[in-house]
Amino acid sequence: MKILGIDSSGLVASVAIVEDEQMLAEYSVNYKKTHSQTLLPMLDEIVRMTEMDLSTVDAIAVAAGPGSFTGLRIGSATAKGLGLALEKPLISVPTVDGLAYNLCGTDKLVCPLMDARRSQVYTGIYEFEGNTLHRLEGQMAIGVEELLEKLNVIGREVIFLGDGVPVYKSVIEEKIGVPYLFAPAHMSRQRAGAVAALGFQYALEGKMESAAEHEPDYLRLSQAERERAEKQKNA
Amino acid sequence: MKKDVLILAIESSCDETAAAVVKNGREVLSNIISSQIDLHKLYGGVVPEIASRKHIEKINQVIEEALSEAQVTLDDIDAIGVTYGPGLVGALLVGVAEAKAISYARKIPLVGVHHIEGHISANYIENKDLEPPFACLVVSGGHTHLVVVEDYGKYRIIGKTRDDAAGEAFDKVARAIGLGYPGGPKIDRLSKEGNAEAIRFPKAHVADAPYDFSFSGLKSAVLNYLNGCKMKGENIVEADVAASFQKAVTDVLVEHAMMAVKEYGFDKLAIAGGVASNSTLRGAMQEACEKNHVKFYHPSPILCTDNAAMIGAAAYYEFINGVRHGLDLNAVPNLKLGERYEG
Repeated sequence: MKILGIDSSGLVASVAIVEDEQMLAEYSVNYKKTHSQTLLPMLDEIVRMTEMDLSTVDAIAVAAGPGSFTGLRIGSATAKGLGLALEKPLISVPTVDGLAYNLCGTDKLVCPLMDARRSQVYTGIYEFEGNTLHRLEGQMAIGVEELLEKLNVIGREVIFLGDGVPVYKSVIEEKIGVPYLFAPAHMSRQRAGAVAALGFQYALEGKMESAAEHEPDYLRLSQAERERAEKQKNA
Repeated sequence: MKKDVLILAIESSCDETAAAVVKNGREVLSNIISSQIDLHKLYGGVVPEIASRKHIEKINQVIEEALSEAQVTLDDIDAIGVTYGPGLVGALLVGVAEAKAISYARKIPLVGVHHIEGHISANYIENKDLEPPFACLVVSGGHTHLVVVEDYGKYRIIGKTRDDAAGEAFDKVARAIGLGYPGGPKIDRLSKEGNAEAIRFPKAHVADAPYDFSFSGLKSAVLNYLNGCKMKGENIVEADVAASFQKAVTDVLVEHAMMAVKEYGFDKLAIAGGVASNSTLRGAMQEACEKNHVKFYHPSPILCTDNAAMIGAAAYYEFINGVRHGLDLNAVPNLKLGERYEG
């Protein structure tokens, strides 16, 4: 089974091709240039390099949120367009799960941190049993101190990764009560290889959707909806 | 015989998710529009993030419906046309990313289209005789432009608004007299019951630019009038306010358009954009054109408001002129009329 992976949820633009247990290609760029301009040329590059016929893809796995609202939609619209044109299903991979899968195989807890602004992180708490990802806490948007309390209660060694690490490093160092590590450079950001590899697991479990059905899971309402809900609550 | 050219067009620049299949730039095989207007009514105007979210939910269904209604498949499509500006950046990006992915996966040429050029091109669909050069007044919620269409794909702006777009003024006045969003159709309807001569609102002219427009002064005059009535305890006749305001807008639009056709010597005038479906404006423009022996062109209301058929019409002429865009095509929220994407 050949899976195309796409992640444009954060600063990194990343595409990958995974075939069963091996990755044929992965291309990640962590640079300021807009995903709208980079994502498809990057995909084209790996497709050419691997002399792949796009129509042989079995499914398209996409990091489906949370993340930058616009970034998520660029990834999702790209995946939906490919799915429509190739008549292939999509696999929605929760962004934080995909990020955690970078560290597949560790015996420690894995805690991705994505800077969610408004003094929150998109995060989750995971562990691995062999290659299988287990969620102790599925992806959520919470304050970093609340997260650190949860980790202290669990009381196990934890690895942090993600673009929230540089933002919250000093808070972590101050408040954490368990042994911890920060993931090394090559594992610390979104990677489409992990999205595709986890997507492959989901596909085996039948967790697929049509390109038309797919939409991002933002984990957050838009500002206008949030303010309206607050106004109605106070009224 | 020359082969027919089929364009699949996609439009998502504001609050309508739309796709269409257009044959040879003038024949609409399908024109699917998923409107979000009821959703945005809750907020009194278009909320960009909500618009973008709705686009991504609906875009595949809308495209699939456009193809099936036209009874074609992607195999029959010669080019994909997509709006890449101007508009809301998050909204535009959904259509652009989707169009690029389809174009890439099926090796179908991609043509980025300017939204306003689309509006102007809507006139080609129902007026098979219309060919450049002609003058066109583009009036919508975001734009008020007086344009010389020199050739297909060749435009020159001779007048534009200095502040609010005409449609924006309609929305703001509608809100002030309690009609709600969207203001254009509501003011148009209420005006029919009012006296357009009841209140004399100022018609702004821009000193050094005879073709330019200014509507914010008019909007303020309406708001001042309403406040004045309230303070004096006078009764406000909303229908009169709506009709008098609408007349002030219409008079200026007609006056400028007539001045342009005379000075540039055109015998053809077209109107385009959402406000071009306003019945008073259409009526007044028709009358002025007849008086001046100018042929008047306008799209049906469904082709005035945002739609993808008009994008397909514009894309066709770009396509046969050799315009192609690459996988790096980006959304350009403030794209100028006549500008082309250069990466």
